[in-house]
Amino acid sequence: MATLAKDEIILEMKNLRTYFYTQEGELKAVDGLSYYVRKGESVGLVGESACGKSVSALSILRLIPYPPGIIVGGEIIFQGKDLLKSTEEEMRHIRGNSIAMVFQEPTTSLNPVLTVRRQISETLELHRHMNKEESFQETIRLLKLVGIPDAERRANDYPFQFSGGMQQRIMIAMGLSCNPALLICDEPTTALDVTVQAQLLEIIDDLRAKFGTAVITITHNLGIVARYVDRVNVMYAGRMVETARTEDLYANPLHPYTMGLLASVPRLDVSRKKSLRVIKGLPPNLSRLPPGCAFQPRCDYAMPICEKEYPPLEKVGEEHYRACFAEVSKLQKQQK
Amino acid sequence: MEENHIVEVENLYMYFPVTAGILRRRVADVKAVDGLNFFIKKGETLGLVGESGCGKTTTGRCILQLYEGIKGKVSFDGVDLTNLKKEQMRRMRRNMQLIFQDPFASLDPRMTAGEIIGEPLKVHRLARGKEYKEQVEELFRMVELEPYMANRYPHEFSGGQRQRIGIARALAVRPKFVVCDEPVSALDVSIQAQIITLLERLREELGLTYLFIAHDLSVVRNISDRVAVMYLGKIVEITDSDELYANPLHPYTIALLSAVPIPDPQVDRTRQRIILKGDVPSPINPPSGCRFHPRCQMAIDICKQKEPELKLVGKEHWVSCHLVKPQAGTSDLSAAR
Repeated sequence: MATLAKDEIILEMKNLRTYFYTQEGELKAVDGLSYYVRKGESVGLVGESACGKSVSALSILRLIPYPPGIIVGGEIIFQGKDLLKSTEEEMRHIRGNSIAMVFQEPTTSLNPVLTVRRQISETLELHRHMNKEESFQETIRLLKLVGIPDAERRANDYPFQFSGGMQQRIMIAMGLSCNPALLICDEPTTALDVTVQAQLLEIIDDLRAKFGTAVITITHNLGIVARYVDRVNVMYAGRMVETARTEDLYANPLHPYTMGLLASVPRLDVSRKKSLRVIKGLPPNLSRLPPGCAFQPRCDYAMPICEKEYPPLEKVGEEHYRACFAEVSKLQKQQK
Repeated sequence: MEENHIVEVENLYMYFPVTAGILRRRVADVKAVDGLNFFIKKGETLGLVGESGCGKTTTGRCILQLYEGIKGKVSFDGVDLTNLKKEQMRRMRRNMQLIFQDPFASLDPRMTAGEIIGEPLKVHRLARGKEYKEQVEELFRMVELEPYMANRYPHEFSGGQRQRIGIARALAVRPKFVVCDEPVSALDVSIQAQIITLLERLREELGLTYLFIAHDLSVVRNISDRVAVMYLGKIVEITDSDELYANPLHPYTIALLSAVPIPDPQVDRTRQRIILKGDVPSPINPPSGCRFHPRCQMAIDICKQKEPELKLVGKEHWVSCHLVKPQAGTSDLSAAR
């Protein structure tokens, strides 16, 4: 992969800070996050619960509930325009149109009292100004595209008449209805069985190849990342700890958290005789973050400096950055 | 019953009635478990995998006799559970416990952690007074929690800690056999590894036997000695864990394994992917013949008509598929893989 021109970047997040103000105090859900997505690229956001991966995605669409949440700073440049400076009216034209989102739970994201046809055609009529007949034809085409059998008849069914996998297909059809430039998938298959998961992720991947849609996949499943993602951002406690191309990250992880994560996942191709390496301790409570690096209390490589300062992102390779004070050679030696 | 088998299941059926009308007439049955035969060896972990609705949870609960109307025979440690009276069964349950999936729903929010873990000791009258207190403290330490946490309520614990409380409660009565029903699927990756390691350590230390139910094949491979694969209320393949991953023979097992991505792009790229078409059919009206035939790429005529039996095809390797030849251990399918 050659270095790509700057204008191929369709989304650039710069130093995003999204905070929540609750009874427990100020929660820095996303604290100075920067990443970018190129046209047609598949980018993964990986981390455990409450690391800020979903909040960063919701910030892109400006869907953070206020109160308690508020985007306190940063820029999100999408197709040359800062979304954080856009008006609510402009955002309405962007949501579902040039940026679409597929949520984790299709059952709660679909409207239970509207037919599937109505829900998909609504988007088409609103954003693509189609008339009834055109939007119906387009709805059927989309449902067929995502693999709903007997689409003409099933379009008139209500969401509850579909299985979970079928509902998620409908969500994807809806997400794709306006040919978005960016599709955000928030744990798209977490609630589904592996065989259905494989079906859906293949559909999304095919569409990306066909239409050049950029995809941000939010997941905690490192297998999905390995198979479907070009570049990975690993997050911990609201910050990016490491980012690299997928191959690099798995072959040469250079942050102790990434290393721990990769070593602690059970793998299908590894026999039980090899036991898992466990990351000790618990994920941090955002209202009581330790000083310095948030991962330092669980880190095997922690040094005195880690308790004082937050490590800056440093370049360790082509498109490979990490935020850690530990020496690269020391981490590499440990993995051998 | 063979001596080293702790559980033996013969012709197990569990149908749930579907009723209609004000008279609640029985109009159909959900065939959740439809003729199972298997055994669990003493001290082993048997993994039970399959997609949602395939009957894995029902199977686990049938072994513990938690339903009315179970058909078939379940033996535990040489005792036929199906003929036991209620009171006898209650005493029997001391030997067999259950760990639940959802650590948020399976703990009573109004009881403290200490009360939750100690309750089984009281119910089965195993300890009183000072001894009771000591045993509860020991249970806390066993699952790597601090005894001073005994006065806290479930909401004060994280998901992983709550799952530890659930484990301590199950182990309070010193069972021989534990059904673990998706014990790690609600947990974060790093916590998942901690709980798996804990379960593994406890099994070794206390000489437990597990039935480990999960839909995550990677987790099951990691913890199980043998694995049974279920599809629509039937076991389609059962064998040693390493053998299953190295030499899967049933087309469903092969597809299921190929659908799981391996967290290493270099390894994953070399694997063949089989994408199954459609959804799992309804267990109310399962397909004729082999239940998998409408989704099977290899199906031939006989698959539509005749239901295949679970046959021994290799060393401790049972498969129910017409295309797999008995005893030889190879099939027309291994070429296709």
